[in-house]
Amino acid sequence: MPDARSAILTRLRAGAPATVTPPDEDFAPVAGIGMGGEERLARLRRAMEAVHTEFLDARGADWVPAIHAWMVAQSLPSLILAPRTEPGRRIAERWPGLGAGPRLIPYDRPLAEWKAALFAENGAGLTATLGGIAATGSLILIPSADEPRTLSLVPPVHIALLEVARIYDTMWQAMREQEWSRAMPTNLLLISGPSKTADIEQTLAYGVHGPKRLLVVLV
Amino acid sequence: MATAEFRVSARKALADPELRANFRRAMDGLMSRRADLFARAGDWAGLRALGAAARLRALARLPELLERLEAKLVERGVRVHWAETVEQGNAIVGDILRRRGARLVVKGKSMVSEEMHLNHFLEGEGIEVLEADLGEYIIQLDHETPSHIIMPAIHKNRRQIAKLFFERIKGARYSEEVDELTALARAVLREKFERADAGISGVNFAVAETGTLVLVENEGNGRLCTTVPPVHIALMGIEKVIERLDQVPALLALLTRSATGQPITGYVNMITGPRRAGEKDGPDEMHLVILDNGRTRVYADAELRDVLRCIRCGACMNHCPVYTRVGGHAYPGTYPGPIGKILMPQMLGLEKVGDLPHASALCEACTEICPVAIPIGDILVRLRREGTRADSRAVQGAGARRSAFESLVWSAWAAIYATPVLYRPMVWTLTRLGGLLPRGLPGLRDWMRVRARPRFARRSLHELARRAGLPDA
Ligand code: SF4
Repeated sequence: MPDARSAILTRLRAGAPATVTPPDEDFAPVAGIGMGGEERLARLRRAMEAVHTEFLDARGADWVPAIHAWMVAQSLPSLILAPRTEPGRRIAERWPGLGAGPRLIPYDRPLAEWKAALFAENGAGLTATLGGIAATGSLILIPSADEPRTLSLVPPVHIALLEVARIYDTMWQAMREQEWSRAMPTNLLLISGPSKTADIEQTLAYGVHGPKRLLVVLV
Repeated sequence: MATAEFRVSARKALADPELRANFRRAMDGLMSRRADLFARAGDWAGLRALGAAARLRALARLPELLERLEAKLVERGVRVHWAETVEQGNAIVGDILRRRGARLVVKGKSMVSEEMHLNHFLEGEGIEVLEADLGEYIIQLDHETPSHIIMPAIHKNRRQIAKLFFERIKGARYSEEVDELTALARAVLREKFERADAGISGVNFAVAETGTLVLVENEGNGRLCTTVPPVHIALMGIEKVIERLDQVPALLALLTRSATGQPITGYVNMITGPRRAGEKDGPDEMHLVILDNGRTRVYADAELRDVLRCIRCGACMNHCPVYTRVGGHAYPGTYPGPIGKILMPQMLGLEKVGDLPHASALCEACTEICPVAIPIGDILVRLRREGTRADSRAVQGAGARRSAFESLVWSAWAAIYATPVLYRPMVWTLTRLGGLLPRGLPGLRDWMRVRARPRFARRSLHELARRAGLPDA
């Protein structure tokens, strides 16, 4: 409705303040606070565990068998993965050698072609991350053609790989160092725990629409 | 909606002990969680200054930023629509859905869609709309409107919700367990997400620099609505735009902390366009509807413009002694509580809801708590004044509350005080005989309904001063 557009903009221009002296911004409250590496991890972990995120420390070990063992222990039937990503390839390679365990399902076609099957699957989805944020306890995800958005959204369990060296102090620091604003992807996500709600009497309940569990694998 | 409505509905709400207990418990919880978080982590003053600056900068250049946002979105393949009124907004959404042959729509929480009464409109078009946020789903089942902008079903307790689910969801087992109730809603809605032809969402911040829509939520329903269906329609008011992406962290921190006392929500979903070639999911068509609905008029007044800073965190409600006692449904219009009292009279007109700015003790708890430092108290007073000023064009319905009797009383008052020969005998009479005024006197009767009878001092200040030997001015 082009007439609505010009009517709105004309009214705004007519009402706009004549002289504009926009207030200055002091970013100190959101800038990095110079945490050490271990402190960053500890902060992130504390914040995420407070909202029921689970952690698997696979640093210094091979993370593929670690995930395999965890999934077997949790009796999870399947693992959906992004076959063209580095972690996806590594799992596909190693999984058969690890013995009986969850079935691997590659996310290799458009959602529309297997929506019902994906929604019916009762296992986990595995994604990489672009790092973490210590102050708020968040993971940074950029879904892509190879790693679709629904991989971290529809399966009841989300397993996310986090490189400990890529944890930033704050969101502000992460977006500046990773230069998000230069080329925003179609979707950029911060995930800070499994799906939750407090809509009934302020009582926290987990897994209302998204994943019921979130496992962060430290690598 | 008659002017008397708030008075009537407030009295009804006050007489409902279950409702009052539900709000009291919820507001106490929200307040203490927020206070804990800011006490532990936070440069509240610095963060607030930064957030307020971001909003002020955006408002200072609003028309330009809206154009920039539009250009960026179009570049990324989003179709942008403008609506001056809710009717236009509804028609735009209806057209998009009709063209796609959509029968089933899932919707994330959006207060702008409440403003538009979009569900009602779409149902009239034969389109099924399902609210996907758990709180919104609960009130939709009960044909209610949100009683709080962040926690729409806050007025209900678990027994009431258990009964509602048992009665309205086919095959539901009666349970008062929150986990079971949540699982029940999950099962119903999951099937709808899978089948939905379109998803509708609100917008928390729209970044002009990159054309990014930022959506904040905990449940994942917003991500599902904006990812799984083939069409995504986002709705926002013209004031939602901000200049740059690096302003998001401060606003986000203020929003989630003020709203629910969380350092961040479970999901922060930043969307910059529909699915690109090769991507396996995400909507193939994306729209943004930008709604005015009275906001340009608010913008035109330098003082009232501050209302448009609002980031819809709900903290002013949680801290409002009036809201906590009467609950959200007592307020006419979409937005309750302090923000509603300064916004709804401007959207609906003072002739309709001119009593709202008066439903306040001016305690300023809201002003103190507002994360973007909106001078809510000053604006309440300004709107009270607008209600009696027939010469003002700042607000629709200005002067609607002007009463000839009241104006007469004030003019007489002014005249008496400026004329010693009238003033002296009046004060002498009131100090000596004021106690004999009949309780049935119009103004006095209203005053005494909830307050003690005012007592006149036996000597006026004037007399006391003279007696103490102070010279007359
Ligand atoms: S007026 Fe302030 S406190 Fe109230 S909802 Fe808006 S931003 Fe929050």
